[in-house]
Amino acid sequence: MTDQTAENPVIAIRRPSRLREFWASNIAYSFRRNPVAIVSMAIFLLITGVAFCAPLIAPFDPYDPAQIDILNSEYPPFWVYGALPEFSLGTDDQGRDLLSTILYGTRLSIIIGVCAVAVQAFLGISIGLISGYVGGRTDSVLMRLADIQLSFSTLMVAIIFLALTQALFGSEIFSRYAVVFLIAVIGVAEWPQYARTVRATVLAEKKKEYVDSARVLGFGPGRIMLRHILPNSLSPIFVISTVQVANAIISEASLSFLGLGMPPSQPSLGSLISSGFDYILSGSWWITVIPGAVLVTLVLVINLLGDWTRDVLNPKLYKG
Amino acid sequence: MTPEQKDGPLLQIRNLEKRFDVDSGFLESLKFRGGKLRRDTRAVHAVNDISFDVGRGEAVCVVGESGCGKSTVARMVANLLTPSGGSIHYDGQRIDTLRGKALLPIRSKIQMVFQNPYASLNPRMTIGQTLEEPTRYHNPGLGSGEIRDKIAKVMKSVGIDPTWAARYSHELSGGQRQRIAIARALTVDPEFIVADEPISALDVSIQAQVLNLMLEMQEAHDITYLFITHDLSVVEHFGTRVVVLYLGSICEVADTRTLFSAPKHPYTKALLSAVPSLNDDSPSHIRLKGEIPTPIDLPPGCPFQTRCPLANARCRVEKPEPFAQSDGALVACHAVEEGRTDAGMTLQEAV
Amino acid sequence: MTLLSVRDLTVKFGTRGTPVTALHGISFDVARGERVGVVGESGAGKSITGFALMNLLSRPGYIDSGEILFEGKDVTKMSDREIRRLRGNRMAMIFQDPMVTLNPVLTIGQQMIETLRAHRRLSYDDARQISLVKLKEVYIPSPEARLDQYPHELSGGMRQRIVIAIALLLDPQLIIADEPTTALDVTIQADIMELLLEMCRSNMVGLMLITHDLGVVSQVTERTLVMYAGRIIESGKTRAIINDPQHPYTQGLINALPQQTPPGTRLRQIPGSMPTLSTMPPGCPFNPRCELATDVCRARMPEITQFGEVQVACHEVKRLHAELAELEGAQ
Repeated sequence: MTDQTAENPVIAIRRPSRLREFWASNIAYSFRRNPVAIVSMAIFLLITGVAFCAPLIAPFDPYDPAQIDILNSEYPPFWVYGALPEFSLGTDDQGRDLLSTILYGTRLSIIIGVCAVAVQAFLGISIGLISGYVGGRTDSVLMRLADIQLSFSTLMVAIIFLALTQALFGSEIFSRYAVVFLIAVIGVAEWPQYARTVRATVLAEKKKEYVDSARVLGFGPGRIMLRHILPNSLSPIFVISTVQVANAIISEASLSFLGLGMPPSQPSLGSLISSGFDYILSGSWWITVIPGAVLVTLVLVINLLGDWTRDVLNPKLYKG
Repeated sequence: MTPEQKDGPLLQIRNLEKRFDVDSGFLESLKFRGGKLRRDTRAVHAVNDISFDVGRGEAVCVVGESGCGKSTVARMVANLLTPSGGSIHYDGQRIDTLRGKALLPIRSKIQMVFQNPYASLNPRMTIGQTLEEPTRYHNPGLGSGEIRDKIAKVMKSVGIDPTWAARYSHELSGGQRQRIAIARALTVDPEFIVADEPISALDVSIQAQVLNLMLEMQEAHDITYLFITHDLSVVEHFGTRVVVLYLGSICEVADTRTLFSAPKHPYTKALLSAVPSLNDDSPSHIRLKGEIPTPIDLPPGCPFQTRCPLANARCRVEKPEPFAQSDGALVACHAVEEGRTDAGMTLQEAV
Repeated sequence: MTLLSVRDLTVKFGTRGTPVTALHGISFDVARGERVGVVGESGAGKSITGFALMNLLSRPGYIDSGEILFEGKDVTKMSDREIRRLRGNRMAMIFQDPMVTLNPVLTIGQQMIETLRAHRRLSYDDARQISLVKLKEVYIPSPEARLDQYPHELSGGMRQRIVIAIALLLDPQLIIADEPTTALDVTIQADIMELLLEMCRSNMVGLMLITHDLGVVSQVTERTLVMYAGRIIESGKTRAIINDPQHPYTQGLINALPQQTPPGTRLRQIPGSMPTLSTMPPGCPFNPRCELATDVCRARMPEITQFGEVQVACHEVKRLHAELAELEGAQ
C-alpha cells in the first residue's frame, strides 16, 4: 500500500540513469526487435573497427615502398591453388598484400565519405535553415540555386572540377591533396539534398507555436534557428546523413575508378577496384572482386541502417 | 511618461487591417482573363478596419467563429504579424512599426499564451530550459542563483513543483503544459497577456484550472488580458468587455454584462442563443440561413447580410459603422440604428 | 426493446509486450430509438467505445473480452463479411471531421450512390432518387446541384449535413456520432445538433452521441453514460444526472463549467488530471483527485450500483445511501 502511493506519478521523481533510459527508449526497443538492423550494425561496426585499426592489425603497410616487392604480384587468395601463406587474400598487380590494402583503403573511403557528408551537411543545413526561416526572395534565390546544382549530376560536377584542378595544380600536388579535393568536391556537389530536406522541415516547424512564442519572447532569428528549430529538425537530417554517407562512398569509389580520385600509391576501395580491372580477364579477378565485395557490403549495411533509422524516426511513414 | 499616457487606454487599436495574399509569387499573380494576360493578386481580407481600446486591468474578450480574424488580431497585437493598415499603440507608443532591438522592451511587456499546449513548448527542451532561456535573455545582469530562484518562484505561482524542471514537456499533461506556457510568459514580468484560445484544447475539468490560474495571475501581477475565444460561457465569466467579430469586422463592442443581458447585433443574438445550456431541455436557438461568404471576395455592404434576417437593400450596399448605444455598447448594424430590430428578430425566433 | 447490449467489454492495447487496458469491462444497453450520450474527457475511452462497437479498432488495440450484442448477434464474433454488411447498413458512424468521411476526389452524388448500391440491389437512377430524398431531409438547399459537387466546394456545416445524410442513407438502426460538431462553429453546431435530434426522432433511430460537451448531451440525449479512465462511473436519465449528479467526478465536471459560478469569481475546479493508461492508480481511478476519497477508494474499485434512477460506481455514494436508508429505517 505505502509502496503504491510512492509510485504516484506526481510525487515520485526517480530518474533512471541515461543508459537505462536509452535502453528503454523506443529506438533501442525497435533496434532490439529488428534482426536486419542488428546484423547491419554488427557488420558496419566490424568493418569500420577493423579498418580504423588497420595500422595495428594489417600484416603489411601498403604505403611503405620498402615492404612492396613487385615479384610478389598477383598471388591468388588462400583458397586458390598457388597461394602464398603470408598473403591471405592474395596480392595486387604491384605486389601489395590485398588484405592490408583493403583495410587501409576502406579506412580512407570511410574517412572521405564521412568528411564529405560533414561538408554537405554544414552547407546544406545552413542554407536550408536560412532559406526556410527567412523565406521570400532569399528562399527563392537559394532554392533555384539548389535546383540548378541538382540538374548537374554529381559525377559530372566532380569530373569537371577534379579534371580542372588536376590540370591546374599538376598531378604531383593533386595526388598529395587528393583526399581534400575529393572531400570538397563530393561535399559541394550534394548539398542541395540537405538544403531541401532541412528547408521542408523548417517550414513545418516554423508554423508551430513554440517558434511563435520564441519570437514573442523577443529572441533573435539566429537564436530561434539554432536553439529552437534546428534541434527539432534533427531526425530527417540524421536519416539522410546515413544514406548520404553511403552515396559519398560510392561517389568516391566511382571517381577513383575513373582515375580522378585517389592515386594508386594511396589506394582507396575505388582505386583498388580500378587497378585490378585491367587484370580481371587475365585471371587475377580477386584484385577487383574482393574490394568490390567489401564496398558493396559496406554500402549495403549503411543503407539498411538508413532504412531502419527512417522507420524509427519517422513512424508516420508506415502508419497509413 | 506623461500623465496623459497614464490615463489613456493601455492598448489602442485604430483602423487595423490585415490582408493575406493568396497568390504570393509573381507568376501566380498572372491571370489569363478575357484574352489578355494581366496581373491580379487575390487577397484574404482577414481583418477589416477594426478599432477598439483595452484599458489597464481589463480583460477584453474577442469572440467570433473560425475565420473571423480573431487570431489574426491577437498575432498583430503580439507583433507576430505586421498589419496591412491602421495602427496599434501600447501605452501611448506606436508598436506595430517597431523592428529588431527596438521591439525588445515591448516584448517584455506584451506576452502571448497560445492555443495548443502540445505545440507551444519546444519538445527538445526541458521545462527548466524553457523557463530559463527567456529569464536570462531579458535579465542579462542576473546571476545563475537569482535566475534559479526566479524560475522556482514562477513555477510555484502556476502550481508546478519546481523539482519538475528536469522534465520534458511530453511527460506532462495538457493542463500542466498550459501552466508552463503561462509560466514562460510570466518569466519576463509582462503587463499585458494576449491569450489566443488558451483553454479550448483542454478538457473541461482542466479548463477551469487554467482559467482560475489566469484570474489569479491577473490579481497577483496586475495583468491586462486580451482574450481570444469562441466560447461565450468563458467570456461571460472572464471578460470585462467583449468585442464580437464577424468576417474580420466588428459587430458589437460592449461591457460583458450589457452584452449578455441586452445583445443588439443580430449576429450577437444568434451567437448567444446557440450556446447549449444545461437547464434547458428544448433548444430554441436562432437559426441562421444562408452561406458564409469567403473572405477572399467579401460582399459590399455589411459582411453579415447573407445570413442576417434583418438585411435590407441598404445593408447590401453600405457597410455599417459602429454606432454608440445608450448603454455604452457600440453596434455596427443598420437595422439597430434604424430601430427595426424587434419585429424581425421575434419573427425569426418563432420559426 | 434492446437494440444494442454491451456486456463486460474490455479493450486492450498491446504495446511492447504487456498490454494496457483501455476499457475495463463496461456494460450498457441502447434501446431502439433511444438517444444515449457518452460523456468524458479525452482519454476516458469514449471514442474507443465507439470504435469497438463498429469493430473498427485497429492494431495495437483489440477487444480482449466481453460481448457486443447488436440486434441479438455478437459483433465480436462476426466474420469480416458480416461486419461489413452491418456497418453503414444497420449501424452508421459520424466522425468529428466530415472530411475524414467524405472522399475528396468523388462527388457527393458518386459517394452516396456508391454506398447505396454496395449494400442494395438498386439501379443507378433509383439510387440517385433516394440520395436526393435524403439530401432534402437534411435541409440541403438545391440538392440536385450538390450531387455533382465535390466536398471541398461545400462549407463545413454543409459537409456535416451530407455526412448525416449518408449515415441515414441505408436507414440504420443505430448512429454512433463521435464529437460530430466539435469542428464546427457555434452557430452551425446548434443547427447540426438539432438536425441530428430531429432525424433520430422521426426515423426511430438509436443514437450514441460521444462528446465532451455536457450542454449538448443535456439537450439531445435521454440517457447519459459518464466515463472516466476507461470505466463507466455513472449512468442514468440525462436530466437526473445533470440536475443531481451523484459521482464526485460528475459533480466536479458540472460544477467546473463557467455557467455554474458567478462571473469574476473562481471556478470550482477539479484538481489534478486524469491518469493515463500506464499510470492508473489502484482502486477507484478518480481517487487521487477526489475530495471524499478514503482508504477503501484507494484499495478497491467500486462496483456499479443502482440508486434510484441512476447507477453509480462510488464507495462514498454507496455509504451515504446506506446511511440514509438506515436513518429512514430508524424513523
